[in-house]
Amino acid sequence: MQFAAPRSASEAAALLQAEPGDARVLAGGSDLLVQMKSGALRPDLLVDIKRIPGLDAITAEDGGFRLGAAVPGARLGEHAGVRALWPGVVEAVELIGSTQVQGRATVAGNLCNASPAADAVPALVAADAVARVFGPRGERDCPVSDIPVGPGRNSLAKGEFVASILLPARPKRAADAYLRFIPRTEMDIAVASAGVSLVLDEDGRCTRARIALGAVGPKVLLAEEAAHCLIGTKLEDAALAAMAEACSALASPIDDKRGTVAFRKQVVGVLAKRAAKIAQDRAGGTK
Amino acid sequence: MSRIHVRTTINGDAVEYLCEAGQSLLDVLRDDLGLTGTKEGCGTGDCGACSVLLDGRLVCSCLVLAAEADQRSVETVEGLADGDRLHPLQQKFLDHAALQCGICTPGFLVAARALLEKNPTPSETDVRYWLAGNLCRCTGYDKIVAAVMDAAAQMRKG
Repeated sequence: MQFAAPRSASEAAALLQAEPGDARVLAGGSDLLVQMKSGALRPDLLVDIKRIPGLDAITAEDGGFRLGAAVPGARLGEHAGVRALWPGVVEAVELIGSTQVQGRATVAGNLCNASPAADAVPALVAADAVARVFGPRGERDCPVSDIPVGPGRNSLAKGEFVASILLPARPKRAADAYLRFIPRTEMDIAVASAGVSLVLDEDGRCTRARIALGAVGPKVLLAEEAAHCLIGTKLEDAALAAMAEACSALASPIDDKRGTVAFRKQVVGVLAKRAAKIAQDRAGGTK
Repeated sequence: MSRIHVRTTINGDAVEYLCEAGQSLLDVLRDDLGLTGTKEGCGTGDCGACSVLLDGRLVCSCLVLAAEADQRSVETVEGLADGDRLHPLQQKFLDHAALQCGICTPGFLVAARALLEKNPTPSETDVRYWLAGNLCRCTGYDKIVAAVMDAAAQMRKG
């Protein structure tokens, strides 16, 4: 196995493209190095992207924030600006692993690792975040929801990697929230999860909603019908109940040691309902 | 295949080593540099026994490649004491008998120091959450948390 730490994105893409065997991007390593240790992966080339200038930065952009692919979760949690603009994304990222894992694991890595239960992903999808993919033919922007395609599989072509993720600007009276269910208080993998992002008008009526569900399908699910149940409402009980029902109906989970199909379908609706209430409160809609 | 030449700083000293692409920082620290204070527990980032600071950030050295440490700064448990003078955390771990077999202790010390540098006045809840990635299978956690709280109080007095 070879190790490379290129100093530019184009050099990284060229290395990933030129490797005839299995080439892997190394950012935080908290998934990759574990998979290598277990023998699940035996890469021929590791490309450490952390030395590429700019990839370790969080930068303000058009009222939003661009997160470099090498930024670890702990840095995001320490960033007051991102916390204020996208609290749901930050709370989702902060749920990933221990303090030690937070020091390494990246948001882009959580996305590209494509676990159906990845905590950052439903929050990113609810936030309508955009991944900037760099590859041999230059860069392209891609909705984050299009990056994972199934458990452990992503849509990136050979030579491509996610260089950054844009959390867009948002209007006033808007906020997001993320909740997951685990059978303990922390350091566990989501049994079901929900990210909710809302925009309210001056009267507190919901004008825009995005709801994304985790761990209840082969990849993150965008619950458009559920989100529609909230539009024009002040999240009254009936609207929330309809929304939760739509989430449960959309969910297509599996039975495994962490939860049953029936449990996950029910709980994902409850989580979406609670996350929506938190987002509403953060957006000032309950005042 | 040629080995990778790494120049790094460990506990303030300039250090150079040669490593394989797949070798972990933990393995180089222990097997090549003789810094055996850092322990291997699980090897998969779950137990925290191999905790070190990399550019001031708490990480598991089993989940860092040795090659990644090039031009960076690494701090291990060996850097805690000032010669024969124990760090307050080390002394409080002794005073509170906050260890039994000792394998998890270096990781707890390094992690606790990182916490106290970031937050000199942690609540007990802060300590418990911060140290959730450090597992102890002997003593339980009460004495460890008490030692960290006591060390924090002493360090605040200066």
